[in-house]
Amino acid sequence: MTVALEIKNVSHKFGNFTALDDVSLNISSGDFTVLLGLNGAGKTTLYSLITRLYNNNSGSIKIHGFDVRERSVSALKNIGVVFQQPTLDLDLSIKENLEYHSSLHGLSFFEAKKRIDSEIRRIKLDDKIKSKVRALSGGQRRRVEIARSLLHRPKLLLLDEPTVGLDIGSRQMILKHVKNLCKKNNMAVLWATHLIDEIDMGEKVIIIDKGKVIESGDVSRIIKKTKTKNIRDAFNKLVGI
Amino acid sequence: MELIIYARCFKGIVLREALRFIHQKERFFSALVRPLVWLGIFAAGFRSVLGVAIIPPYETYIPYEVYIAPGLIAMIQLFNGMQSSLSMVYDREMGSMKTMLVSPIPRWFLLISKLLAGVFVSILQVYAFLLIASLWDIIPPISGYFTILPALIVSGLMLGSLGMFLSSAIKQLENFAGVMNFVIFPMFFASSALYPLWKIEETSEWLYYVCFYNPFTYAVESIRFSLYSQINIEYTIGILIFTLLFLFLSILGYDPARGNMQKKGGK
Repeated sequence: MTVALEIKNVSHKFGNFTALDDVSLNISSGDFTVLLGLNGAGKTTLYSLITRLYNNNSGSIKIHGFDVRERSVSALKNIGVVFQQPTLDLDLSIKENLEYHSSLHGLSFFEAKKRIDSEIRRIKLDDKIKSKVRALSGGQRRRVEIARSLLHRPKLLLLDEPTVGLDIGSRQMILKHVKNLCKKNNMAVLWATHLIDEIDMGEKVIIIDKGKVIESGDVSRIIKKTKTKNIRDAFNKLVGI
Repeated sequence: MELIIYARCFKGIVLREALRFIHQKERFFSALVRPLVWLGIFAAGFRSVLGVAIIPPYETYIPYEVYIAPGLIAMIQLFNGMQSSLSMVYDREMGSMKTMLVSPIPRWFLLISKLLAGVFVSILQVYAFLLIASLWDIIPPISGYFTILPALIVSGLMLGSLGMFLSSAIKQLENFAGVMNFVIFPMFFASSALYPLWKIEETSEWLYYVCFYNPFTYAVESIRFSLYSQINIEYTIGILIFTLLFLFLSILGYDPARGNMQKKGGK
């Protein structure tokens, strides 16, 4: 299996505060991996380093073998991102937002049109393609953001708390959609969350606390190792709550 | 990376800026009203107070309205530059700036494209202003409408990159409003926009030096000379130096390794 994301010994500080402490992890193509941690555990900082919003000052981050610092163009080409904060332009339509993203990845007009049509059909918002984003619900906006992150056909999809603030129906729909994408396209997905109910048995989980990876592996293995009944109890035991 | 990919990216960024501008009609309206208020009210009141001697590039005595027109054009660009930086602070707070910064296209190219997109919008505003200003008999030679263009591009880039640098250094939108007051007003008043430098020198020598080294003066004077199809080497070199300096600082400000983004921790 191809390694889509390889992080080795990455630490990061903001002044005296250590946001990440010697983090190492691997994600393979086709894996749906949950990065589980409480708010402030270091998930967003890790995403900012993977996407090169910040430079990693220690260790290395490779995406499909390309180091994000040394080969940032090749590395970033392979990443699709859905940030925790909504990042769509509210005053533009869905189509305009998606066209803008396509141009940021250098897609031609015709290729962009083809992909936008296909992605927008997949998220079942083709009837609203000319609507301003402002007029969409929270769940619809998230679906548009996911569609946008897939336009340049990334091999690694990063989602930072994508379901926060959404109702149960929207949350389940988005989660199912991304899990399907992962299987169908053999794409690696790193899904950061603090919502334990988003994890299914058989999935890979990385638990992060106070900037450190404290456990990782299959859900069943973590449950067994912590001698608990379910992943919620295992998580609570590991982070001490 | 292929050239065509850069071209598509540039087109996308300019188009987005243009669409945002079209969608925000009030922005266009206020961008025009501001200099017109200065022209219609301030200049009318001051024309009797201030006499402007014959100074290059003018070949004869000119009404005060004609004198301040280049300053008002530069003011349009100053406000536009600060406004697009304001939108960058907003974009960064709202997160949409991240979408641009995680593009695989080199960051310096993305930032310069964003700046040029802002310059393009400011040029539209300037030509609309010049059209209306002709009602006040501010009519430069026909060639001036063309020769002003390079000066507008450079001055727009300079003021835009100054704004971009400030936006990289500012954490929150609220702080930016304060900086606007500390940047826009002092820059505008301590320049040759409203009164010629020799007049300021007569009043206060130190103020003269403040005005002389104010980058905005270089924008105003470059625009003034180019509007009359003339070139002033001193001001041209000055504006190019300031543009390169601010451009360098703004790209540095958004550099993931050295810039201000890192220091601010996520914003």
